Amino acid sequence: MLQDILVTGLVNSGVYALLAVGFSLIFGVARIVNIAHTAFYMLAAYCFYALLVKGGLGFALAGVIAVAAVTAFSVLCYRLVIEPVREHEAAVLIATIALALIFQELMLLSFGGHYLGIPSTLEGVVRFFGVSIPYQRLLILVVAAAMLAAVWFLLYRTRLGLAIRATANDLEVANLMGMNVHRVAMATVAISVALAAIAGVVVAPVFVVDPFMWLAPLVTMLAIVVLGGLGSMKGSLIGALIIGYVEAITVFALPAGAYLKGAVGLLIMVAVLLARPEGLFGVAFEEER
Amino acid sequence: MYPLRRVWAELKNEVLVLPSRTLVLAWAIALLGLPLVYNDAYVLRILTMTCLFAIFAASWDLLAGYTGQVNFGHALFFGAGAYTSSLMSQKLGVSPWLTVWAGAAVATLVGWGVGYLCLRLRGSYLSLATLAFPLIVLGLLFAFPGFSGGELGISGLRRLALTPTQNYYIAAVAMLAVVFGLWLLADSRFGIVLHAVRDDEVAARASGINTPRYKLAVFAISAAAAGFAGALFAHYIRVAGPSTLEVALSFQVVIWGIFGGVATIYGPVAAVFLLYPLTEWLGSFEKIGELRLLIFAVIVLLVLLFMPRGLAPWVRDKIEVQCPRCKQRNAAWKSVCRLCGAGLKAGASQSEVARAQRLVGHQ
Repeated sequence: MLQDILVTGLVNSGVYALLAVGFSLIFGVARIVNIAHTAFYMLAAYCFYALLVKGGLGFALAGVIAVAAVTAFSVLCYRLVIEPVREHEAAVLIATIALALIFQELMLLSFGGHYLGIPSTLEGVVRFFGVSIPYQRLLILVVAAAMLAAVWFLLYRTRLGLAIRATANDLEVANLMGMNVHRVAMATVAISVALAAIAGVVVAPVFVVDPFMWLAPLVTMLAIVVLGGLGSMKGSLIGALIIGYVEAITVFALPAGAYLKGAVGLLIMVAVLLARPEGLFGVAFEEER
Repeated sequence: MYPLRRVWAELKNEVLVLPSRTLVLAWAIALLGLPLVYNDAYVLRILTMTCLFAIFAASWDLLAGYTGQVNFGHALFFGAGAYTSSLMSQKLGVSPWLTVWAGAAVATLVGWGVGYLCLRLRGSYLSLATLAFPLIVLGLLFAFPGFSGGELGISGLRRLALTPTQNYYIAAVAMLAVVFGLWLLADSRFGIVLHAVRDDEVAARASGINTPRYKLAVFAISAAAAGFAGALFAHYIRVAGPSTLEVALSFQVVIWGIFGGVATIYGPVAAVFLLYPLTEWLGSFEKIGELRLLIFAVIVLLVLLFMPRGLAPWVRDKIEVQCPRCKQRNAAWKSVCRLCGAGLKAGASQSEVARAQRLVGHQ
């Protein structure tokens, strides 16, 4: 059981980290609480399914096309829906909720409400310290680690990353220093949704695909992001590890654990917030005026 | 005769002078008079639900719009009211007329508790933390189905009244009373303090306002109203199920609130009265019944692109203008202010302004 907890926790943490880091990025740069973030993850899973099962493409090609298409689509959504109401925080909030609902309903209409299974990308298992890990889960882990490393590289070793961090730090000053903050925000949207889409593509063969698959990870992702501190990459990563393992422990060790896993994760988030209102790694900034 | 003349004078000078107030009066009269004219069980059912959700949306607005505590888990209070009231009436056999109040009371306590836990949080942290509470409760309900009925909830509740018309009047009168009460509260000195807490909490505290106490009070009041609506709702549809706690309901109230226009009380109520019957009506068509949530979301999105501050403020700005001198509101078609006689439009004729200023006693 211990090995199960270790492996499941790590794999789930990887997926959550991909989602949470993307969400955290876009919140940090554009102050958008993007409720539709996991809806893009769902869209990517459906896109992957359509290309793979209906379109008959190969795994790698289908995955790449799905991620690219969803990312391009997200930039379009941002330009058409979010940008016109950027000044009104409340309007942005429900615009993203409405987007998520629209995606859910569109998928419900075109694919139906039943669960769709996707054949495993990689068959077979690897034995590791006496635990058998399916290759598919190993793939999730590898992809998540690679993507997180890529994001780290992008943020800390490139000019675009510098611009993103500067904009997140102080939008007005970044603008005054000659950065095109609109374009930076758009690039951030693309990066953040690409991460979500990659998560959607790699988990699709393991989890089931249905139009409501965005809700459960949404709540967990929000819990992780708040737990780690809004806008903090390191916080999102460590938050993902904490919540991933807590969920795994609850599911394997408690009776009725499957029902309680969300509740326990959220309880931990609330407990952390009570002790540290700005999250584990959030910066306790003075009130913005 | 005097009281009647007094009422008429109040009506003429306070309500009928402004188109928005006239609209609200007409709406209230229409709401109360509808069953006398058009007594259709289906329509009454939809309007009853609309009224209950209107209480819910207005209570969210007091908390999120006025005080700035944007609550993403408002369904918790609704569900607390619904479950308390139905458990009491089901397990203890108490009359629903009493348990509804108990539901509101428990919701008040829950609201106070959530507010207490969230006192140090602000902004997005508060929104996302409050989202967690109903889900924690939901997890517990599913884990202990013996007590809560699990996924099915508690069904077979008694109704407050027997006929659809009676139930409709209970909901309508409760809605008018609660919404008007919340509006009065939000318009009072208390409401002004809430605006201050939202706009700048540090400055409010520096001015000697005990902001934690105000925040707790608003959490409790808002939760009480939401719990009351939840209890009435449970007894009306005769089931208190997990759907009263779901994220969908919490998001729904956020959509209603922002769509209608925050910090107005009447805005969210107007939004519920537009959107809820609309979705039900769309659902009644066989062909597009499946599309109703999609249409709903698209409408919300489109309306928002054109009225980012919400529906009610937009309409209000169209039919009323603010006097540049005394900041009072006037009907849009007036050329001089009804109170201070200042010209409202650039092209107000001199003689008209002079006449109005003589009337209101200006030099």
